[in-house]
Amino acid sequence: MTVIYQKTKGLQDTPLHYCPGCGHGIVHKLIGEVLEELGLLDTTVGICPVGCAVFAGSYFSCDCIEAAHGRAPAVATGVKRTHPDQCVFTYQGDGDLASIGTAEIVHAAMRGEKITTIFINNAIYGMTGGQMAPTTLVGQRATTAPLGRDPAQAGWPIRMAEMLSTLEGLVYAERVCVVDIPRLNKAKKAIKRAFELQMAGKGFTFVEVLSPCPTNWGMEPLEANQWLMEHMAAYYPLGVVKDTGGVTG
Amino acid sequence: MQKREIWKGSEAIAEAAIRAGCRCFFGYPITPQNEIPEYMSRMLPQAGGVFVQAESELAAINMVYGAAASGVRAMTSSSSPGISLKQEGISYLVGAQLPAVIVNVMRGGPGLGSIQPSQGDYYQATRGGGNGDYRTVTLAPATLQEAVDLMQDAFDIADTYRNPVMVLADGLIGQMMEPIVWQDRPGRSLPPKTWAAEGRRGRTHNNFVTSLYIGAEECEEHNLELNRKYAAMEANECRWEELMTEDAQLILVAFGTPARVAETAMRNLRQEGWNVGLLRPITLWPFPTARIRELAGKSHVKAFLDVEMNLGQMLDDVNLAVNGQRPVHFYGRCGGAVPHVSEVEQAAQKVLEEVQ
Repeated sequence: MTVIYQKTKGLQDTPLHYCPGCGHGIVHKLIGEVLEELGLLDTTVGICPVGCAVFAGSYFSCDCIEAAHGRAPAVATGVKRTHPDQCVFTYQGDGDLASIGTAEIVHAAMRGEKITTIFINNAIYGMTGGQMAPTTLVGQRATTAPLGRDPAQAGWPIRMAEMLSTLEGLVYAERVCVVDIPRLNKAKKAIKRAFELQMAGKGFTFVEVLSPCPTNWGMEPLEANQWLMEHMAAYYPLGVVKDTGGVTG
Repeated sequence: MQKREIWKGSEAIAEAAIRAGCRCFFGYPITPQNEIPEYMSRMLPQAGGVFVQAESELAAINMVYGAAASGVRAMTSSSSPGISLKQEGISYLVGAQLPAVIVNVMRGGPGLGSIQPSQGDYYQATRGGGNGDYRTVTLAPATLQEAVDLMQDAFDIADTYRNPVMVLADGLIGQMMEPIVWQDRPGRSLPPKTWAAEGRRGRTHNNFVTSLYIGAEECEEHNLELNRKYAAMEANECRWEELMTEDAQLILVAFGTPARVAETAMRNLRQEGWNVGLLRPITLWPFPTARIRELAGKSHVKAFLDVEMNLGQMLDDVNLAVNGQRPVHFYGRCGGAVPHVSEVEQAAQKVLEEVQ
């Protein structure tokens, strides 16, 4: 019998706790597959965030460290600098990375830490129940922006991939999404390139994933995917933002 | 005779850490301890170690957290306002059961305060300054010799219990120069770090370092497990020094630099015929409560005088130990001021005259 599909060895058997239609589980799977395909599962340390993915360390099948809110890039720095032979990645949401951990992500990129950051941008705080994120779109409703995000009061959403790409230490930044199979394949390719560049010692690598949050957006999963493409992708353009990594392997 | 060398406190602490096997340092500049990161940036790479100047104290302690979680001897240092920023990370280190050493070269507070020596962070160090119900062994050197000797112990204690250890030095210890002898201090035999998240490297299970225990019952069980470690630290790690307490009517209690001032005051008063002794806690937590309580029960002991460079923080612990058996007096200077020998003598004499 030919095996045509099986669950990646990069994930444990623990059932995921994510809501229906959430992007986290898909991105977990892509990371697991990439680590498995690159033969890195025995030499990887994953740094997990605070937020919806706080249990990620129980899902990835590699050594993991749970960081304080926003500090994953600093924790990753501590691991990578003392274990330069290991593959080190952080997995962070928008509150974690673009709000409370802004200093840590900017300076990890500035130093050109040879780590990979997977940034899940769903434009909302998931775990705490739908509060405004730094990436919440103008006009988008949140439990702390009941009338929609008002730039006069809350400013404009932050484009992290573009901002970090101004730093020399960042060699690769791409924004992807996981709303359909072609885009999912593209996302996997981006994640793979990020890990390959890290292992080639090129510098800091960053993949921003636009990810649906039907629960806190108050939408059906398919509607959420549609909204993501219409509104999020319009403000956060998909594609390679920066790639100075050159050829690997 | 062993070779005596003149060292500056902060540099000696850094060198002692390297000799104790510290292989990574993460820090952010703040006066009066800048010589520690400066020395580390120069010397640690030569010892095969890693130095990173972090963007903040918050990042520095979290880099320590990462390195410690992956099984490496890690440390950071700072001074009072910077240590406040590190409290988040210290709480996480305790929660995730990670060993690390944090050096606080204390300056005057609160807020930006001053850059002169102080002991204003006693409460923060001994009560667990971050969130949650926790303890860290706190070592308080009074001389540079003791500071360098304690660095080896600090790392070993941290590894023994998988808990951060704080070295609480006042600005004088960090800034003064004093002769020291580099002694070979045998390290403890320590358990292997089988829990470290350093990549599986063929291991069949994943190591996951976390302080998250999401269920109330599992979090309570986790806290009880930590509490058993605190009990072991209290049983095994408490240290203090006593001078001339055998016949003392008045016992001075002081740590760090004020203990040296108090010792001189004690010797001067002894020459004048007063029976004065000194008890100097070396571990501020665990505190030598039992010994102080025992001394308070002795008939020759009439009173205690607690001397600190703050407005009376260790005083609480002295009072708890004495437990009302004898009067406890206090003399302190704060904000960066250092008590003079004559001031301590005067305060002591006043108490001695009262108890005659």
